[in-house]
Amino acid sequence: MNSSSIVAETFAKLQQKSRTAWQSLRDRPLILVGTATCGRAAGALEILKVIKEELEKHGIDAQVLEVGCMGHCYAEPLVTVYKPGFPPISYGYVTEGIAGRLVQDFLGGDDPCLEFALAALETNDMVPALTDFPRGMIEKPIILDKCGLIDPEQIEHYIALGGYAAQARALTREPEWVVEEIKASGLRGRGGAGFPTGRKWETCRLAPGEKKYVICNADEGDPGAFMDRAILESNPHEVLEGLAIAAYAVGARQGYFYIRAEYPLAVERVKKAIEQARQAGLLGTNILGSGFSFDVDVFQGSGAFVCGEETALIASMEGEPGLPRHRPPFPATAGLRGRPTVINNVKTLAYVPHIIERGAQWFRETGTAGSPGTAVFALAGKVINTGLAEVPMGTTLRQLVYDVGSGIPKGKSFKAVQIGGPSGGCLPEAALDMPIDFDSLSQAGAMMGSGGMVILDEDDCMVEIARFFLDFTQKESCGKCTMCRLGTRQMLDILEAITKGQGKPGDIELLLELAEDVKAGSLCGLGKTAPNPVLSTIRYFRDEYEAHIKERRCPALMCQELIAYYILPEKCERSCDACVGSCPVEAIYTNEDRVKVIDQQKCVKCASCLEACPPQYKAVVKLSPPELVAERGRKV
Amino acid sequence: MKTVTLTIDGRTVQAREGEKLLWAALENGIYIPNLCAIPGAKHPAAACRLCFVEIEGYPRPVTACTEPVVEGMVVSTRSPRVDRLVHTAFELLLSNHHLDCANCPRNRSCELQRIARERRFPLRVKRLRKLERNLQVDDSSPVVRYDPGKCVLCGRCVWVCREKGTGVLGFARRGFERKVTTFGDVPLGQSGCNGCGECVKVCPVGALTGRDSAAISI
Ligand SMILES: Cc1cc2nc3c(=O)[nH]c(=O)nc-3n(C[C@H](O)[C@H](O)[C@H](O)COP(=O)(O)O)c2cc1C
Ligand code: SF4
Ligand code: SF4
Ligand code: SF4
Ligand code: SF4
Ligand code: FES
Repeated sequence: MNSSSIVAETFAKLQQKSRTAWQSLRDRPLILVGTATCGRAAGALEILKVIKEELEKHGIDAQVLEVGCMGHCYAEPLVTVYKPGFPPISYGYVTEGIAGRLVQDFLGGDDPCLEFALAALETNDMVPALTDFPRGMIEKPIILDKCGLIDPEQIEHYIALGGYAAQARALTREPEWVVEEIKASGLRGRGGAGFPTGRKWETCRLAPGEKKYVICNADEGDPGAFMDRAILESNPHEVLEGLAIAAYAVGARQGYFYIRAEYPLAVERVKKAIEQARQAGLLGTNILGSGFSFDVDVFQGSGAFVCGEETALIASMEGEPGLPRHRPPFPATAGLRGRPTVINNVKTLAYVPHIIERGAQWFRETGTAGSPGTAVFALAGKVINTGLAEVPMGTTLRQLVYDVGSGIPKGKSFKAVQIGGPSGGCLPEAALDMPIDFDSLSQAGAMMGSGGMVILDEDDCMVEIARFFLDFTQKESCGKCTMCRLGTRQMLDILEAITKGQGKPGDIELLLELAEDVKAGSLCGLGKTAPNPVLSTIRYFRDEYEAHIKERRCPALMCQELIAYYILPEKCERSCDACVGSCPVEAIYTNEDRVKVIDQQKCVKCASCLEACPPQYKAVVKLSPPELVAERGRKV
Repeated sequence: MKTVTLTIDGRTVQAREGEKLLWAALENGIYIPNLCAIPGAKHPAAACRLCFVEIEGYPRPVTACTEPVVEGMVVSTRSPRVDRLVHTAFELLLSNHHLDCANCPRNRSCELQRIARERRFPLRVKRLRKLERNLQVDDSSPVVRYDPGKCVLCGRCVWVCREKGTGVLGFARRGFERKVTTFGDVPLGQSGCNGCGECVKVCPVGALTGRDSAAISI
């Protein structure tokens, strides 16, 4: 028997065993509780406890599994119930009471408690399915497809649903075939820059040297981004399989997961996955009898943003301070310990098994010509449904914000979306219908980055947003090179002055000049992209900068130093004292007309009075510039 | 040893194969501003961002200290783009520099002054804001005096201290707070520094200087 048929046969046995284990789950009712970090933050562990107690109390025979994140983070804690005779139904916003009812009424009785249902997982006549909602129609899960549906700590679940078949398949082909397939798929790195993965692998494969490495970059330093964590917590085997395929393709025998130490659950689940894969013969020596050997270790990073940069990541793995170095040489030819090294993002690797399994052509059917496949976004900010979504590349921002995200809360109007994290940019309303992929985003002055997406509404000041992101990168700069260390600091000082009403004529031009030089002159990607939020906000919202500088006015009424709270005399219900009681510094007094007035000297701008004023009066307003208060006072 | 021929600012020059452009230029009497480059260091730090040049066929200016010479390469050390980048990096360094030449031991032998002279940059901060840090002069060593307010973070002292000295110098902190200090951040006098003075010889500015009593030739 040749090694190909040994691999096929060994794997078929493994698959058979796993399918049997998976099938047996369906014999009795099954309850899935999402306990990834996002679920835990929403109280999923308490829900899990209640469910177990209730089952015990009522003597109901059902299986309870901890699963990862389905992406509907806004509705967590999330519980999914499989009961024979019913479609699988997911319940959102689950409280201990709801959990109790699900056990008693649904599992104990036959009432599926549809009033708490979020959606069914399959089309049926009883409950609307996820795919019946606009969100479900747009989403196209490839790498998130099993997240939240399998127990990340049981390798059988992953294998039963098709996992590791791609690795087995790859092992029966030549490594060159794998590289060619990835090249043909057009897969581009999801770590930010969108570099073609196949080309990176080929460079590493062809680089001279016996010893090579593959590394999964799970540093995920972007503020607000959590896609990589969610995937590692929900389906670690998918990424591990991708890493093993990468290793086979480039000829590496050792791989690493570089995970930030602030992700303890991801670290734990990845370690378990590695152990299980070893025991199943999918890692280690002579994998599945193929003759190929590969093993993986986990390295915990200290969590500095810059350590996500490839050369800094390598330095930190070598025990040096995590400082970037000049490239070339690129890691693909001289990386870890000077050896050829492929570094790929978590999501990039997660696509690999799917492409090997279903083919490059299949992958290209989704997405755009230049950016095939899907994009995973983390929706945050002023959007109703926050969470994770996987959509085809080329989906428009409007679909993401309004269909996937269900729009802007509190009836406010959309203003911009900040996309790509600190290295990305802000796009205005005019960009809503732009199909987004790697190229269109960079043309518009933003970046795919790792997929963080913060939606901003009319209350967000764009100068302040730029200041916020630059403050982050400025603090995260490693400080090695002049342009980034001092250039971003100069820019931050200017932005701070503008938000305080101390901007000077010429500041916008100076910001633009510095931004261009920091981009062109910095040593590493951090500095090269740090000015993007500033550049894009000036490009699309220059009038807001000008209002701050020329009129000392913050149009969004956000910058504290440029606003004042004011009580409209004509609206104040004279006998109401709501605002007076709410003010922490006793700045509100009653004047001779029995109208409430704010003593501007005392006011600390906490907004309590604005919130306390009953909605039927809406007498408290913000004014900008603050001098408007005096002007109004004179008119009265 | 193989040599390659290239053109810098219209002049034909020879250089050892694999050598970095910066040294090829400097050895041929063509000045390119630089602070962090160290002859003989294995990996250029490429930190000061002052040595930008244009190379024909390259879309953007590149740092001369990291770029190996290539046969037939055509280099220009001056262009509007290069001048602008170099000027900005220089201004940024000055904005964070305790500028007091009249009272500085390195007055007239300072690399910052040289860059200003060669490129006709004013030696003062005009366009940018001053970013002073309140750092104390370290007077504790009998041999070396360290004024962190003048340090441009080129890293030459750190390198030479490891190569030839006791290795007590290193970088600490990140971003704007980055500084050169001793192991454990103790004063130089208590750091185990053996007073070899190598760091003083390589410091391009008035940050590490010899004490009046100590004779260190630079
Ligand atoms: C400052 C900085 C931070 C980065 N952080 C990350 C990160 O957290 N995760 C990641 O995958 N890539 C990060 N990258 C990109 C990586 O350097 C690298 O391009 C990526 O891991 C390559 O993988 P890919 O080709 O699969 O995208 C960062 C880059 C820079 C410049
Ligand atoms: S660009 Fe910033 S993070 Fe990168 S090397 Fe320079 S200082 Fe460090
Ligand atoms: S904003 Fe706060 S401090 Fe100012 S008047 Fe209202 S409640 Fe008082
Ligand atoms: S280090 Fe150079 S530029 Fe700075 S004060 Fe001394 S002489 Fe002047
Ligand atoms: S002390 Fe001198 S040699 Fe050392 S980093 Fe500072 S400027 Fe460079
Ligand atoms: S000498 Fe090249 S960057 Fe400093």
